[in-house]
Amino acid sequence: MSALAAIRPDEQNLPLLLHVLGAMILVGGLLTGASALAFARGNVGNLRLGYWSLLAVALPGWILMRVGAQWIYSEQGWDDVPDNVDEPAWLGIGYIVADAGGLILLVSLITGGIGVRRLKAGGGSGLLKATMVISLILLAAYVVAVWAMAGKPD
Amino acid sequence: MSFDDWILALHVLSAFAFVGGIVLFWVLIVASRSIDTAADTIRIQPIAKVGGRAVMVGATGTLVLGIWLALSYGGYDVWDAWIIAAVVLWFAASGVGARTGTEYTKAFDKARELESAGRMGSDGELLALNRTSRGAALHAASSLFLLLLIVDMIWKPGA
Repeated sequence: MSALAAIRPDEQNLPLLLHVLGAMILVGGLLTGASALAFARGNVGNLRLGYWSLLAVALPGWILMRVGAQWIYSEQGWDDVPDNVDEPAWLGIGYIVADAGGLILLVSLITGGIGVRRLKAGGGSGLLKATMVISLILLAAYVVAVWAMAGKPD
Repeated sequence: MSFDDWILALHVLSAFAFVGGIVLFWVLIVASRSIDTAADTIRIQPIAKVGGRAVMVGATGTLVLGIWLALSYGGYDVWDAWIIAAVVLWFAASGVGARTGTEYTKAFDKARELESAGRMGSDGELLALNRTSRGAALHAASSLFLLLLIVDMIWKPGA
């Protein structure tokens, strides 16, 4: 119950708010993008909506989440922990999912971007389907990350 | 992880579902401002249903599991000021959110009506319903209550 019990020093609250808010926007953007792409059934409007949800909502959410994460990491003094001391598992899971997830999000945006460009010529739906699958995988990964950050397993 | 740690993780995941659904509705509100045909309105309804389910599951989970935690954990009580504030904000966000849903359902109902009548072209009344400023204002209010709720949960004033 350490996370719930935590009454943090005030200077940690703002970075935590940015981190959590960014992560929530990221999850919302992924949920919207994946849903719009999943229910598009070839409709160009919905395919574009799905892609733009990832680009204009999920990506800024990821940036806000990552900036907040680095800020609170520094505020909590994890920077000062010697290299030979292992970080807690929840922190490692959070880092790996956030950074690898950001890279995968970028890949999905590039794939989807090419798909959106090809929509004009009547193609691109296969690439956008791949974007949808990646979004769903990312959504699942971020659910695991939220569970780890909140429950703080050993 | 203890049982309470699991409950806490599910409580936070519920909050993510709640806010994720609210974010989804923001995207639909912006996207639907240019939609004036029945077919395009109907096409976004399944996405709205995903958002509706996320909000419903998330809202229920945050409240039920949050109260569970307040009762279970020795350090806090349900009558602590910041927990009472959180419950009040939850009811405000949910109540206003339900009214938002009613506003935007009118556009879906109108689109179904137009589809049944075979009127699939542009429709001014449908566009006005999709652009409802009352709906957008209610959603903004609901989002603000949720933001205050998150601030309250992080700062825990008075704890």
